[in-house]
This record gives sequence, C-alpha cells and structure tokens, in this order.
Amino acid sequence: MSLLRVRDLQVSFASDRGLVRAVQGISFDLEQGEILGVVGESGSGKSVASLAIMRMLPQPPARIVASELSLAGEDLLGMSEARARELRGAQMAMVFQDPMRSLNPVLTIGRQLVEVLQRHLGLNRRQALSRAVELLEMVGIPQASRRLSAYPHQFSGGMRQRVMIAIALSCRPKLLIADEATTALDVTIQAQIVELVKRLAHELDIAVIWISHDLGVVAGMCDRVNVIYAGRIVETAKVDDLFHRPSHGYTLGLLGSTPRVDETEQDRLTPIEGLPPDLIDPPTLCPFLPRCKVAVAECRQSMPPTRAFGPLHQASCFAELA
Amino acid sequence: MSTLRLAAGQFLRNRAAAAGLICLLLLCIVVTLAPVIAPYNPIQINLGAKLQPPSATHWFGTDYFGRDVFSRTLYGGQLSLSVGLAVVLFAFTLGVPIGLVSGFVGGRLDNLVMRLTDAFLTFPPLLLAVAIVGLLGPDMRNVVLALGLVQAPVLARMVRGSTLSAREEVYVRAARALGASPLRIMFSEILRNIMSPIVVQLTIVFSAAVVAEASLSFLGLGAPPPQPSWGRDLSDARNYLSDAPWMFLSPSAAIMLCVLSINFVGDGLRDALDPRSWRVRAKPVPPAAPVAVLSEDLA
Repeated sequence: MSLLRVRDLQVSFASDRGLVRAVQGISFDLEQGEILGVVGESGSGKSVASLAIMRMLPQPPARIVASELSLAGEDLLGMSEARARELRGAQMAMVFQDPMRSLNPVLTIGRQLVEVLQRHLGLNRRQALSRAVELLEMVGIPQASRRLSAYPHQFSGGMRQRVMIAIALSCRPKLLIADEATTALDVTIQAQIVELVKRLAHELDIAVIWISHDLGVVAGMCDRVNVIYAGRIVETAKVDDLFHRPSHGYTLGLLGSTPRVDETEQDRLTPIEGLPPDLIDPPTLCPFLPRCKVAVAECRQSMPPTRAFGPLHQASCFAELA
Repeated sequence: MSTLRLAAGQFLRNRAAAAGLICLLLLCIVVTLAPVIAPYNPIQINLGAKLQPPSATHWFGTDYFGRDVFSRTLYGGQLSLSVGLAVVLFAFTLGVPIGLVSGFVGGRLDNLVMRLTDAFLTFPPLLLAVAIVGLLGPDMRNVVLALGLVQAPVLARMVRGSTLSAREEVYVRAARALGASPLRIMFSEILRNIMSPIVVQLTIVFSAAVVAEASLSFLGLGAPPPQPSWGRDLSDARNYLSDAPWMFLSPSAAIMLCVLSINFVGDGLRDALDPRSWRVRAKPVPPAAPVAVLSEDLA
C-alpha cells in the first residue's frame, strides 16, 4: 500500500475566458521514505497539483476531480475541511519557495514552532519549547535555545528555510512537499538545504515531493522523477534512467538546455523554442508537438499513449529515443 | 511575555513616544484629580469677576460669566478625554472585526460590507453625527455612538484593505499548510501584522473625536450648556476673541497638547509593534554547520 496514491487527478479553474485545465489527469504513487522529484516549467501544473494534494486550493474557483487521492489510505478529496486541517502540519507539510516571506515577521521563531507543536501534538508549553530546541538543532541552527526568541528578520534566507523545514517536520509528517524550496537561495546554501532534507527524509522516513525546475538538484537528491508538461506527466522514471535514457521529447529538451559539469566537450546549451500550449483549449495531439525536435509521423495523427520503457519507466511519446 | 517587554522597551527608547506617553498620563491624572486641583467651581457664575485677564487669583482668566477658565479646562478634560477614548474603543470594536472578516472572507460578503461602508462614507462626517445625535437626542452616550458610527466605517475600510494584502503573504499560506484554522490566521497572522496602520488610524480617530465633540457642543448637541468641555469652551471663546483672548488659550492648549501626545504615542506604538523596525543590538546568527558532502563535491 503506497503512502500517497494519486489517480487521474484533474484540477481546473474557472476564468473569464473559460475553464483553465491546469492539471489534466496525473497519476502516481509515492512510497514511504521515497523522494520524488517533480520537474517542469512554470505554469506546467507542478504547484497546483501539490496544493490540491494539500487540500489548499479554495473550491471554487478551483475544481478538483480524481478517481483516487489518498494519503495512508485516507481519502483526501472527500474528507471534511476540519480533518484536512488536522492532517496539514501533522501528516503532510509543505515548504515554500520564498523563505524570506514564509515566516510571520511579528512572531518569534520559538512562538511559531511552539504553536504548531501545541496545535497538533497537544504538548504543554514546556514540552513544546524543549522540542522546539531539538528541532532547531536537528536542522543545524547553532545556539538553538537562544534563537527561539529571535525574529525572522534576524535570520538569513538559508537559516529561515532551515527554520521552515524544522516547523514543517516538527510533527513528524509522513509527507513533505517542497515547492521550489531552494530556488530563492544561492548555490552553496541550496546544496546545504538539499543535503539537509535528504538526510532528514532518510532519518525520519518521510516521503518527499521535491518540486523544482533545477534538474541538477533533482539528480542529486531524488529516487524517482515525474516530468510534467502542460498539466500531464509526460515521463516518469528512476533518476538514473531519466538522465541516461530520456524517452520523451520534452525530457530530452530539458536535458539539452541544462548545463552539465561532467561533460567535457562544452556544447552550447540548446533552449526549447516556443511556448507551452494554452491550457484553456488544450491540444488533442501531444502538447509538446509544436516544440518537439524528435517528432515522428504518428505524432501528427493521435495523442501518444503511455508506454513502458523499463521498470518504473514510462513516457507518453511515439519517438524511439533510447 | 518577553515579546511584550521587548516592545515596551523599544517604545520607551523612542523619546518622542515616551514624552507623549508621560504628557498623556499627566493630562489624565490632572483631569481626574480636577475636583482636588481646581481652584474654583467650574460652573459657579460670578458676574462681578467677568472677563478678567489672567492673574494670581484666576491663572487663565475668567469668562463672560466670571467662571474660572483654568477650572473649566480641568473639568472639561474629563468629558473630552473620555469621549475620545470611548469613541476609539467603539470604532475599534466595531470597525476592526468588520474589516478583518470582510477582507478575509471576500466575495459577496465583502461586496455587501463595502457598499454599506460606502453608504456611510458618502455623508460628510459631521453632518452624519449631527443627524444621529439629532435623531437620538443630545446626550453624551449618543454623541459617542454617533462619532463611533462615523469613524468605524473609515477604520473598517482601512483594515479591509490591509487584510487583503496581508492575506496573500507567503506566511499566511505557510500557516494554512501547517493546519492553522481561519480564526487563528485572521487574528494571529493577519491582525498581528496590520496592527501598525490600525494604531496610527486610532490616534487619528481620537484626535478627530475630541475635535468633533467640540463641534457638536458648538452646535448645542454635545455637553449641555453649563457643563465644561474643551470644545464648547473653545467655541464660546470665539465670541470674545478680541476682548478676552485668554479664554481661548487654555482649552486650545489642552486640545493641542492632548492630540500631539496621542500622535507621538501612536507613532511609537506603530514602531514598537513591528519587530522589523526594532533597533536590536542582537549578535548576528553564526553560520550553520557546514555540510560534509560539499567538500566531497569539491574534491
């Protein structure tokens, strides 16, 4: 039994021009302790899908449909808002992109940690405070007990993101969603945060959905990767398979536009030309077709089916790339 | 709470705010102790001593009825200050929750509430107060009610605007992702963060209330005639401006002092409530422990 089961998740938003189909039927499983990377460009539906899983999209305007969406066997779509609130923070937690703005500026770090601990674990103030110190130490914040009374603006971006991770993991959730959690940080801090999340996920046996458009980061930390394009998973594979045998034209394009340290001959990066399709009137053929460099004749006739390219390796593409 | 202590320390370190607070406290004490301090009965008419300039017997002179201006100002403060305070409380308890809920919930409720406040705001404020007092009868409680009803929509609108922008902050989303309830988000996340503009607005409300009470008294809708009030005495003094300018001096100085110190206190509160503006002498946070893998990568 997988920890998180997503089957045919669809999210759409009502707009003046019509229904925006942000997520068009994605399905995946996530096992306990597994780190799943989700890559794709802006507007591909990565964040919307994760907010839908967290039950954080207000309905309306959002419309969420799925044949299954469950965490540890519990149906996420049908549950009451009160139950969803209980799960958020306790069973599933989320870390956002902008650490400079993710903490309440007028409350101390300690207060923000203690509040969550008291809310979900029912600890008293003393217990919560000592747990808060442990959590700050766990994410590598020195002099943790003194830092409890500090305010967010006294911390740097990297330190704040560590605090956010401490808060997110404070109640030992089963699932952590990190939405571009290192995008706003510089490279060295980014590497530290990546290592921290990787270590904690293994130590605490937490499943992580790591949303990013940085393939390098994904390669370094994830077990498996979903490549999302225009609201669909176009390819899913173990990290090694994805990087060594990309099987979708879009994945190929992504890899070609990413600089690599291990490549000796320095080719120029090849950008993916064009723009992603309109999500109000999605194309009936492969959504990547207009930008694809490896399209074959079948691509212009019908939507490519999802094909298996190996164990846990699937892609929706007609082209034979491997 | 240590946060409260820190904020208080920050407030007192601001000299203007501290001076304003001391001045305000002194005003309150003096006004409360009026029966002890005042040398004369404020409504005792003494036609033999009318329109006397300031002297040793009458420090700030006497008015047309021979009443001691200083004593009247002391007693008048009781009325003016309590009206100001009551209006601030009334506007706060009515305007802040309405604005907060309206901005947070949004949609139709927000539309409805905002059209209602718009309706209130279309009337000139004083005219609206006059109408309300005229309708309910000239009574101090009705004056407070009227001025509060005039100020509450202004406050509600401001709070709603601030709520709309605070609602979209990442930390509000982060709080939701951690399972905070809507009530908790409204009060702990949003209200705490928009307290600064609210406090500033409340000091303005206080000043406006003191002045508006004066205007209502001038129109005969505030304190009934013999009762002293800063505003009423000020408007009486206008008739004798050239003959007895001293009548003007003491109530206007009292109003000015009061409004000025309230504004200073408001500014100080605004800064003290926002930790980001604190001039903290905290030591910088030492960098986090380096991660081993980094050095492996470099090797």
